[in-house]
Amino acid sequence: MFGGVVPHGTPGEIAVRVENVSKRFRLYHERNQSLKAAMMRGGRAKYDEFWALKDVSLEVPTGTTFGLIGQNGSGKSTLLKCMAKILRPDHGSISVRGKVSALLELGAGFHQELSGRENVYLNGSILGLSKKQIDSKFDEIVDFAGLEKFIDTPVKNYSSGMYVRLGFSVAINVDPDVLLVDEVLAVGDENFQRKCSEKFADLRASGKTIVLVSHGLDTVRTMCERAAWLEFGVLKDQGAPGDLIDKYVETTHVDRVATEGGGSHWGSGEIVCTQVELLDGNGNPTLWVHTGEPATLRFHYSANEPVSRPVLGFALHSIEGVHATGINSREAIVPESIDGDGHVDFVISRMPLVAGSYDVTVALVDESNLHTFDFHTRAMRFDVGRGLPREAEGVFAIDGIWKFE
Amino acid sequence: MTVVAEVAGSRELLGNLVQRELRGKYKRSTIGWAWSMINPLALALMYTLIFSVVFKAKLPPSGSGLNSYPLYLLTAMLPFNFMSNGINGSMGALIANSNLVKKVYFPREVLIVAQVLSWDVSLLIEMGVLSVAFLVVGNMVLPWLPLVVVFVFFETLFVIGVGLALSVLNVYFRDVQHFVAIFMQLWFYATPVIYDYQTQIRDRILASPTASNPHPIHHFYNHDWILWLYKANPMVGFSNTYHAFMYKLTFPVWTDMVWPIVASGLMLWIGMRVFRRLEPRLAEEL
Repeated sequence: MFGGVVPHGTPGEIAVRVENVSKRFRLYHERNQSLKAAMMRGGRAKYDEFWALKDVSLEVPTGTTFGLIGQNGSGKSTLLKCMAKILRPDHGSISVRGKVSALLELGAGFHQELSGRENVYLNGSILGLSKKQIDSKFDEIVDFAGLEKFIDTPVKNYSSGMYVRLGFSVAINVDPDVLLVDEVLAVGDENFQRKCSEKFADLRASGKTIVLVSHGLDTVRTMCERAAWLEFGVLKDQGAPGDLIDKYVETTHVDRVATEGGGSHWGSGEIVCTQVELLDGNGNPTLWVHTGEPATLRFHYSANEPVSRPVLGFALHSIEGVHATGINSREAIVPESIDGDGHVDFVISRMPLVAGSYDVTVALVDESNLHTFDFHTRAMRFDVGRGLPREAEGVFAIDGIWKFE
Repeated sequence: MTVVAEVAGSRELLGNLVQRELRGKYKRSTIGWAWSMINPLALALMYTLIFSVVFKAKLPPSGSGLNSYPLYLLTAMLPFNFMSNGINGSMGALIANSNLVKKVYFPREVLIVAQVLSWDVSLLIEMGVLSVAFLVVGNMVLPWLPLVVVFVFFETLFVIGVGLALSVLNVYFRDVQHFVAIFMQLWFYATPVIYDYQTQIRDRILASPTASNPHPIHHFYNHDWILWLYKANPMVGFSNTYHAFMYKLTFPVWTDMVWPIVASGLMLWIGMRVFRRLEPRLAEEL
């Protein structure tokens, strides 16, 4: 997982050239299309036009791993499908040098009644392999999917994990010059994921061109040499993934509104957490801090009767659902009694969370932890931008210093 | 034509898809392939009871003096059912494989061709069994079989042509298949399958007035254009040809052989044009 891999293959050549590509979709007002309806109307159904891609031009040099980033509906998948020739652009042209394989849906075209073996041959030929080529790769495909024992079982009896593993294994062994990948890296268990990452590393090292659509910005950052950013079908920017992703994250996260969270309360309600705020180093409310910066989480409460010895705890979850941490005030301070409105601060000297979005869940309980006054799930969401350390993975960046002796 | 080139370029895929169709068709059924024979036999039995026993349909004698309504019936019914199954199968092929069409690129024509070829395999097996039956009753069909195969080939082109056009149209207008279902019924009776063309259609339309038949159909219409219209249906030519080769052991009139071949080429061309025209937005419309 080190950036800056030198592209192999024939440098300077363009593997995928996208020129002024526009793609229009039709959004039909009524979806039932019948001849009768068409005749009554004197034509086809009425529809609105929607431009999924607008005048996009980009070049993917041979041997590079190219990332496409953007929010949902930005046209990344449409562009990938155009490259794969599944969709045809309305304007412009796309030329691809060499053999293309697209990992859009794993196991598309598997026949439920046929065995794994038969489906390997069927799917292989759909992806453009000859029987001889499949013969020579068959053991590798089965071995990679880890399905030796089940290869003669009909795939309808496969678990969904086995199904996608076999699909992935066939698709990755097509030995394409250009591999188009849409969000399918996250299949199978950890062991299989590791094998996939290794396979991708091999493909990159052997000079294959990979175009990757991903929401996992870290994947793009670590795997890609170049990236393009699409927004509402328009190519917003392209360049080295590091800077591009920083720009993308800064731009898209400004939009967050403070009311977000949409969490729920439960509890007896003598005291409730009314609001959670994030304050930056200067004490100004924000929803956006960088790793390594000082920050404060401020919990506003409102008690409608005196509450004795309350304990406040909070948990942070990444938006992927990883429980990052959970801390409570029992060890630090337990007030004898509180009443009315007020707030409690949790001061963070250096934000240890790595870049990402996090949800705050707050709990107000009594000292024995047996009675819950208020449990407020996802009371607030905030974002952490890339700061120092810059290249950090996981959830936390351990606070430490490097020393070379 | 690019369609031909693309299909030719994906022969292996075609082979695998045909295998998939065939294996999928009778998988998990106890008698498997026997179903392929049982269906036409049951139909033949039914039609024989209705038309031969109840309505006393008369047949012209065969080359060897054979007079068997069930054999006569099957000779044209098997190829007709092939046509009907092939077209129905093609019409559903794109929709049934929509996940494939939307996720993988490959020449989509292959789906239709594979569908038709899978029915071809059934037809050839059925015709083989039928030929054995003809031999058992003393009709020497063997010298005629190569010609039968040639016409099965042209009929296949015809079915692929119709299948290509209807398969894409059916994606855009999903009720095409319902229209076709009705049309198939009409088509069946407009084709000499359960009756004999020579005695039941041609002779009656072109008959001269006689004492027993003072008003033949010819005189009502005064022209034989109605016969031309009837014969515009390429399946008439195919049926007459199969009847002639396998049952009567003779050649049909040359128009019965030439028109089906011309119509096949024409239909294939139209089918490819329509398919090419409507194919680009297929993945979106499915």
